[in-house]
Formats: sequence, structure tokens, C-alpha cells
Amino acid sequence: MSELIGPSEAARRLGVSGRTVQRWLRSGELPSVRVGKRLKVPASALVAGRPIRRLLVANRGELVVRIARTCRSLGITCLALVTDDQREAWWARQADEAVPLAGSYLDGVAILTAAQAAGADAIHPGYGFLAERAEFAEAVISAGLTWIGPPPAAMRTLGDKAAARRLAAGIGVPILPGYDGRGQSDALLTREAARIGYPVLLKPSAGGGGKGMHVVRERGELRESLARARREARAAFDDERIILERYLDRPRHVEVQLLLDRHGGGVHFGERDCSLQRRHQKVVEESPAPGLSAGLRERLGEAALRLARTAGYVGTGTAEFLLADDGTFVFLELNARLQVEHPVTEAVTGLDLVAAQLRIAAGEPLGLAQADVRIDGHAIEARLYAEDPWGGFLPAIGRIARVAWPTGPGVRLDAGVGPGDEIGTRYDPLLAKVVAHGPDRAAALARLDAALGETATLGVTTNRGFLRWLLAVPEVVAGDARTDTIDVRWHPDADVVPEEAWPAAAAALAAVCGMGRSGFRLNGPRTLSIEIAGQRRSVPVMPVNASPAPWAPTTAGIVLDLEGRAFMARIAPPPTVESAVRRVHHAAGSAEAIVAPMPGVVLAIRVAAGEAVEAHQVLLVLEAMKMENAVTAPADGAVTRLLVRPGQAVRRGDVLVELES
Amino acid sequence: MAQLRTRANPNSDEWRANDGAMRAMVAELRTKTEALTRNGAGGDDRSVARHRERGKLPVRERIERLLDPGTPFLELSPLAADGLYDGDAPGAGIVTGIGHIEGVECVVVANDATVKGGTYYPLTVKKHLRAQEIALQDRLPCLYLVDSGGAFLSLQDEVFPDRDHFGRIFYNQAQMSAAGIPQIALVMGSCTAGGAYVPAMSDETVIVRGTGTIFLGGPPLVKAATGEDVTAEELGGAAVHARISGVADHEALDDEHALAIAREIVASLSWRKPEAPWDRRQPRPPAIEGPKDPTTGAPDADDPTGIYGVVSADLRMGYDVREVIARLVDASEFHEFKAGYGETLVCGFAHLDGWPVGILANNGVLFSESALKGTHFIELACQRRVPLVFLQNITGFMVGREYEAGGIAKDGAKLVTAVATAAVPKFTVIIGGSFGAGNYAMAGRAYGSRGLWSWPNSRISVMGGEQAARVLSTVREASLPGSAWASEEERAAFEAPILAEYERQGNPYYATARLWDDGVIDPAQTRDVLAIAISAALNAPIGETRFGVFRM
Repeated sequence: MSELIGPSEAARRLGVSGRTVQRWLRSGELPSVRVGKRLKVPASALVAGRPIRRLLVANRGELVVRIARTCRSLGITCLALVTDDQREAWWARQADEAVPLAGSYLDGVAILTAAQAAGADAIHPGYGFLAERAEFAEAVISAGLTWIGPPPAAMRTLGDKAAARRLAAGIGVPILPGYDGRGQSDALLTREAARIGYPVLLKPSAGGGGKGMHVVRERGELRESLARARREARAAFDDERIILERYLDRPRHVEVQLLLDRHGGGVHFGERDCSLQRRHQKVVEESPAPGLSAGLRERLGEAALRLARTAGYVGTGTAEFLLADDGTFVFLELNARLQVEHPVTEAVTGLDLVAAQLRIAAGEPLGLAQADVRIDGHAIEARLYAEDPWGGFLPAIGRIARVAWPTGPGVRLDAGVGPGDEIGTRYDPLLAKVVAHGPDRAAALARLDAALGETATLGVTTNRGFLRWLLAVPEVVAGDARTDTIDVRWHPDADVVPEEAWPAAAAALAAVCGMGRSGFRLNGPRTLSIEIAGQRRSVPVMPVNASPAPWAPTTAGIVLDLEGRAFMARIAPPPTVESAVRRVHHAAGSAEAIVAPMPGVVLAIRVAAGEAVEAHQVLLVLEAMKMENAVTAPADGAVTRLLVRPGQAVRRGDVLVELES
Repeated sequence: MAQLRTRANPNSDEWRANDGAMRAMVAELRTKTEALTRNGAGGDDRSVARHRERGKLPVRERIERLLDPGTPFLELSPLAADGLYDGDAPGAGIVTGIGHIEGVECVVVANDATVKGGTYYPLTVKKHLRAQEIALQDRLPCLYLVDSGGAFLSLQDEVFPDRDHFGRIFYNQAQMSAAGIPQIALVMGSCTAGGAYVPAMSDETVIVRGTGTIFLGGPPLVKAATGEDVTAEELGGAAVHARISGVADHEALDDEHALAIAREIVASLSWRKPEAPWDRRQPRPPAIEGPKDPTTGAPDADDPTGIYGVVSADLRMGYDVREVIARLVDASEFHEFKAGYGETLVCGFAHLDGWPVGILANNGVLFSESALKGTHFIELACQRRVPLVFLQNITGFMVGREYEAGGIAKDGAKLVTAVATAAVPKFTVIIGGSFGAGNYAMAGRAYGSRGLWSWPNSRISVMGGEQAARVLSTVREASLPGSAWASEEERAAFEAPILAEYERQGNPYYATARLWDDGVIDPAQTRDVLAIAISAALNAPIGETRFGVFRM
């Protein structure tokens, strides 16, 4: 519960007359609470000199649900921004009102227009792309709305990684050797890379979230990677400048949560260890970082705060560092947004970071000194993604038939999906975050594992089984995870379907078909042709006695859960002329069909018909989930046919190129 | 409608004996069936492996990919040639049945090249012709998955010349095509000599590149006749027939491609079943349930209605056939006709999987009244255009002076006339004995049933083995010195081989091997089999019946 103030104090803070406040209280424009005979105003309602009554979240998914929860406790109406394709989504129904958005979640102008039309008086940018766009913040402020975020000037300084690094270097915060100059020619960048020393990391100057980052291990790879990084940077951030950085091979990724008010107050809320990553996407995060000394924590926090203050930063922010085994650290970047992983900090500090954001935006002082911050126990978060860890972490699609969420002491769930949701490749694959809090790290780990065991999103393949596997990896148990732990450890054999999957799938699919005559065979059990992971088998339907594997129907068949691993099983479809031809082409050694490994859009084609290619040579580039994926030649050969053109959308399995070996 | 109740007691010794005996028989049936289906084809492991090496799918995998996923397949005569030809021709080297393709009920006739190269034994021909007969009666599109070396030359006298031999296959194709029943061939292997006419006589033909060949004379014969050296592919491969000769219409890259094209062809038929003269009801399972598993409380997966327990293990022991009817029909509801008259033939209307049916079931020896009642009932069913189901368990018509004088022969003839001329679809299940004229009166094989199946406990012969042995020993007795057997032992010694021969030939596997039926079936699947067959039969309009002269 936030601080309650009297109407006259509210009038003072808002800079309006007492009469105006009384009128707002009567009309309900200002929320009020009756204390005895007096009307009090929640201080949090007086954001930026004006009460926030209608807060619009310029984002989608679980964070909207999260922000709506805080809004509800503060008496603020939370507006969800809903595009046409999201109207039926579960998350969109969790806010108080849904505001139609004609355009995309990246379109600042459309969002502002929608906000004004809906009568919003404040905008929370969420943690998406717009959260780091100073131009958008300025547009919001000049439209007379309250911006829940740092001042645009600070965003501009920190959002440009090059500028942020210069700033850090200037005040003695260590940074990685790198290049962040204006010159962007290939020749210059090649020279700079040689100076910094390989391996080198390419990062979009304006970016974040791991998008468009590429590790270049040797000089020969630089040109191709640069072109790709620039293209991705342009697509994602509309800015193709690249910065170079020395790539540290096995560091830990540690970040400090900051909170600064407009009155010069600022504290840090300890750190989070986000070392468990895959392709720069965080998977599991925890707070505090395991094995961090109090001294090091203090040095990190102090450096982070110093940086933020120097940049004139206000609001919640996160300073990211790489931490080496000897305790030395280097500054990476300061994220001007609420992080996806903020719940672990909330769990160990007892703070509501969204409420704090709103208070700071209202101009309130923090009312908190560093000494007041207490870290209680340990919290770990796991991100549940719609992806197939057994299939190269490709985005998974499907319709969620049923969800089961974990409950119990110390367990928090931030979900963005519900039953009936269609999971496509258009948006971020994050389905939910499962957070466990315990008195110590071991307890938190055990609770998280148990919570994941209770979690199910039947209908779409998720990384749930992978997460549980990950929590049991020795380095993770020991608190010694590195950014490469997943790549080093995770090598599943995707082609092996466990034997027990077949009878379990047969029994489940038979139940879906009903007890009719589906699969009837004379003088034998019903027999179904079943397809699991691209393999086909004719399986007799037998009663499954001992504890059957959990399953749920999907639009195409069933999803079966074996030891945490999701298998999509379906009645094998009959051959179609297209599928048969594709398979023949694929099987024939002479003319090999290169098929799309995932659904996406053809971004660029690198070869021409008739061209000779070498094994591993890039044939074309597919964009899916904002990631570029190179499709390479499996062997030396020649291109006989190109079946797609740039910009074309392809389905998984579509033939892209035919090669002759 | 009145619901039948069961009086059978699952805790009785009788039930346990029946149940145990039937389960043993069903287990034998399943073992025989499994042996044919295990490899996806009837051949041994080596020939199936060789077949696959050529890039060809085993016959059952072909059928599986051809049919709509998850749909029923009613195989016909699966145990044809069982125990014949020294065991060289499992399933007679051909798989036939009724299945769904693109939602259309079709007859599939597929050669099994892993069995003697898919060549036609006499029973292969008979099985092929029977499938065509059903297709013709039911008006079902036919798909021929051809992979056969043609007639089995060592038995050419039993395969080639007669009316119901090889040539009849093409005659049937022409007749069906003329009647508007689509004939579709998939050449997935050899189609040599006479076999070449299957694709050539079809309305639409697919040929697989590399494995499918069609020619009247193969390379060796060409070499012998003209001295020309030519490969099979050059002589009659896919390229020749799809691009030059026009014998085939579609060229497929492999089996699966051919099957996909066939599915497209069937889809393009835009097939529509004629409208039935009555409304189908919502199907309901039988209301009678068998004993439940004591621990899980679930019904028995093999026999949910407890049909095994009510069918007498001993053919000579009678039981109330209503116990069987109650386990076959929807909600066990049965509108019985003339329940108090001619009680040895139970007649009545019911629904089976939602389809209206008229049921005639034996409950003892046939008397004149039973025959008259049955005739009357068939007239009703034909008037209403309702399919007929015969449940045969019959020793025959009553004999004796009184009955002959009462005209049982002419009353029996009335029933036979009605059965023979009824134009509604007829289905027969031999659930026990099938002896003598009772077989004719209850729609035996000669009476044109759209489907005729036997239970594994059934026996079929002109009369019971014991009766036949006694008749023969009595006839013999007259010619013996003193016109009498010297001793009972002597008589028994004379009767024993006769009894043994009747037992052997009356066995349902002996019968099904010779296509006297369309398959031995698990009694617990009877309802499924009938439901599939009735639905298929409704692809043909139900015609108006014109009965013959009833002798009065």
C-alpha cells in the first residue's frame, strides 16, 4: 500500500488549487481512500504532478499482466494495447481495458495515437523495443502524457552503447577493449578488430536483448558477420551502426538493479546472475549471484550507481557487467527499462519495482537509503519459452489446449498465455516466467524444479524439460554457470524417440479419436499410423495400465509429456503429391532438396542457379523470430534450382534450393 | 423399443467354460492373423527385405498410406489359402478389403509381391473376384495395387480357362466401368501378360517410375520371339507408358507418390452415396456390458459386452440367441416380431450403428412355422428396404413323417425363395452350426450376401459329422451279411474316419481358406464388421424386391 496524503498536500504536489483536487475527488478523477471521516489520496496516484488514472502499456504478453496487477493495487486503470491478431489472446483480457492498435507494437506513432484516443494519461513502455527509444519518450511527454521511464536525455546517452562506454571509461568504470567510433567502413572495422584481438563480438550500437549480436572468432569470418549484423541492426533498431568488443570466453553475466529518483536519491538492489544464456538470450536468472562477496557486491553496486548518476538517470535501470573469476568486472551496458528477470529481485527485496517506477514518475522521493535494502534468501527465475530444445531451439508453434501453473509457498508465476492461445512465430516466444524463492539457493533450486514439474502448457512444445535438465547440471547446482554452459552441455539426440512414446501416443490418440471404429483392423487391436518427430510407425492400440504419460489434445493431434519432454504426436497424415515429391527429392543423392528448417521469410539469396557451392557455404538467409538463420549447403555441389525469392514467406519443410552433388 | 436383458451369469461355470473356450479360439485366430500382418506383407523376412531394397513398400504399408488416416479397414478373406499350396501362399498372395479414401468407401485389391512374386494361385483369383463382386454389389470404387507376375503357371488349368478364372477379372472391370463404378490401377511392380490388362482396363492408371512395368511379353519372351534385347524399363516402364504408349495416365516417382496420386484421383470423383430410404439414427453401443476388471473397473478391452461368455462352447448345447443379439445391436434394443410363433427362428428389427436392420437368428431347428415367420419377416424388411442380418446356428429343418406331411419342404422353400430374391443388402454371420438346407434358408454362401463371416467356433457341412457317419453306417449296414454290424466297435471303426473327415472339412479355417466365407472373425468384432459392411453396402441404392412364386 502506498503512502496516503491529504487533499491539500495532493494539491500542493500537483500544483493545482485545493478546489480542483476536491472536484477531481468527487468525479473520481483522483482515486480516494476514506480514513475515518477524511478523504485521503494515494500518493502513487499523483504521478509527474498529475494523477495517473489510465495507464497504457505499450507492450504485449506477460508484462502487461504483471503491470496490470500493480495497477489494480494502486487503483489505476490498466489499458492493454491489442492488435487485431492479439484480440483473442489471454493476456489481452487480463487488463482492465483493451485498446485497439492499428499497426505493430513497434510503431510509436500508432501507439501514441491509440493512447490518446483511449484517454490514457500515462504510458509504460514495458520492456520492449520502445522502452529504449528516446524519440518515443519525447513524443509521449510532448503529447502531455506521463512517461514511465528515464528522462529521454539519459536514455539517449545510455541507449547508444558507444556513448555509454565512453561515459563509463570517463569515470573510471572498467570496460572491455572495443571500438565504438563513428567510422563504420569494413576496412576500419577490420583494423579495429585486429587491434582489439579476436574473438570479437559485434553488437548493434542501438541494440539490446541479444538481437543482432555475433561472435567472430577469426578474421576470415568478419566480413560475412558484419553484413549480417548490420542488416539485423537495421531491421530491429533502424540503425545499422555496429560496435566491436573483445569477446570474453567464459565470463559470468551479472547485472545490478538500480532505482533513482528525481531528488538525487538512488539505491541498488543487489545483483542478478544471468549467466545461463543461449545465443545471448537469458534462460535462467537468479539473485543474489552465487558466491559473490559483500565487498564485490558493493563495488559493483557503487560503480553502477555512479554511472547512472553521471548520465542523469532516473527510474529503474539495470547495469550489466561481465564478471571474471578473479573478481574483475567490466561494464557492458545500462538498460533503461524494467528487465524481464526483475521478479527475482522483487522476491529477495520484497519490493514492487513497477510500483516504484510509477512513484518515481510521480516525482516522489525514493524514501529509501542503501542501508535499508535487505536481501532475503535466494530467488531463481526460469523462462518458459515456446521452442524445441531437442530441435535446435527452433520456435515452436501451436495452440495451447490446457495450462497448469505451479502454486505453493515461494512460487511466483508471471504468465503471458492462457488456454486457447495460438502461439505463432510473430512474437517473442516467452510464455511465462516461473520464479521460486527460498531461504537459500538450494531451497530455491528445489522449489523451482518442483514448480516446473507442475507446469504444463499442453499443445505447444516448450523448453520445460530442458529447464529441468538445466537445473540439474552440476555447474548450475554448484552455482558456477557461465554464459557458455548451455552450449557446452546440451547435446540432445533429437532423432531418438523413446520407445515408450509410441504406445502412449497410440493410446492417447485413440482416446482422442473416440471409441469408434478408427483404426479398426480385423482380428487384431485397432492400429493407428502415428507420426512422432517426423518418424512414422504403425502402432496397435493397447490399454495403458501403469501411470500413463500426461497428454492433451492439440489441433493437430496430441502433445505427450515424457519425463518433461514434450512430444507432438499425430495420426500420420496421408501422403500428398507435394510431400511425396519433396521426400523423393530429398532422398535422392543427385538432386538434393534444401528445405526450410523453420517457418520464416527469405531475407537474402546468396547463390545463383548453376553456381558451384562448397559444403557449409551459405545459400540463403531466412529470417524467423527476428533472427537471421543461414541455410547452408550440406555438401559440395551445384545449385540446380532456386525455388524461392527474397521476401517470400516459407513454411517449415518447403524446398528452397535444389543442389546437385 | 424393448431392451433385451441378459440372463447369463458371468459367475457360472457355464460362462467360464464358454469364455475360456472362445478366448482360446480367438487367440488362435489372432496368431494366424498376426503372422500375415507382422512384416507388412505375407512373405518371409528375406523377401520383405528384398522388396524394400527395391524401394517398394510392403503391401500393407501401401494400403495404410492409401487409406484415410485412422479409418477402419475391413479386410476380406485374410486367411485365404490357409494350409493350402504347401503353405507357399499366405493370404493367397493378395490383400483385399474395404477402406476409406478421401472419405469414399472403396475396395482395395493389392498384390503381395513378397508371396511368389504376387502370382495368381486359384484362390488368389477367387479372392480377387470376390472383392470385385462386393465392389459391384455395393457400387464401391476399386483400386488395384498391381505388383504381380500374372498367373501361377504350374496351376494354369485351375487359373486360366474357366468362367470364374483370370479372365473374369477384366470382364468385371469392364462391367463395373460400364456401370459407373470407377476402376483405378496403380502399377507398383510387374504387370505381365494377362496382368497387363488390369491397368489397361482401368479408367485411370498410375505407374511408378523404376519399379512399375506393363507388358504383354517380358524381356525373355521378346528375346525368344524376335531376338530383341531390351530391359524391362525400356519395354514397359513408366516413361514408355506415361509418355509414349498412353497405357498409363500418371507417372509417380515412388510408391508413396503413386498412392498420393491415387488419393487425388478418388478425391476428384466427387463421390456421393445415394440417399437411403430411411433416416440413420445416432449410433449407440449395446447396453449390455460384460464383467468388469475387478481392480480398474474397466470393461474387458477384448470383449466389452461379454459375448464370449454367452456363446456355448459345445455346438450341441443350445442357448438363447437373444443373448447374442443384445450384444450386437444399438442400446440392445430389439423390436421382436411374432415372438410367440415359430419360436426357433427369432426375427425382429433393431439398429446397428444407427442403421436399421432386420435380424433373423436361429434358436433351434427350423419348423414350418419358423420358415413361414421368416418369410413374412423378409417381406416386411424388403417392403421397408431395411438390410437383413442372418445369424446362423442351424442344424437344419425338422425331419419326420409328421413334418414331411405337414409340407415342411414347401414352407422351407418359401423361406429359401424369400432369402434368394430379397433385394435388400443381406449379411450373414455363422455363429455356430451351418448344416444342410438350414444353410440355404439362412443366406448361406450361395445366396448372395454382401458379406458372410464365420466365428471360430462354427462348423459347416451338408449335415453334422455324427449324423453323416450314422447315415453312412446305416446305409452300409443293409449290404452287410445279416444286414447288421457284427459289433458296435465295428460300426464305430467304420464311422471314425467319416467323423474325422467331417471335422476337418467343417472347420472354419478349412472353409475360409477356400473362400466359403469372407473371413473368420472375432465374435467381439461382429458389430464392427457388420457396421462397416452395411455402410459400404449403402453406396448402392436399395432396389425394389420382386419375390419368386411362393409354393402355397
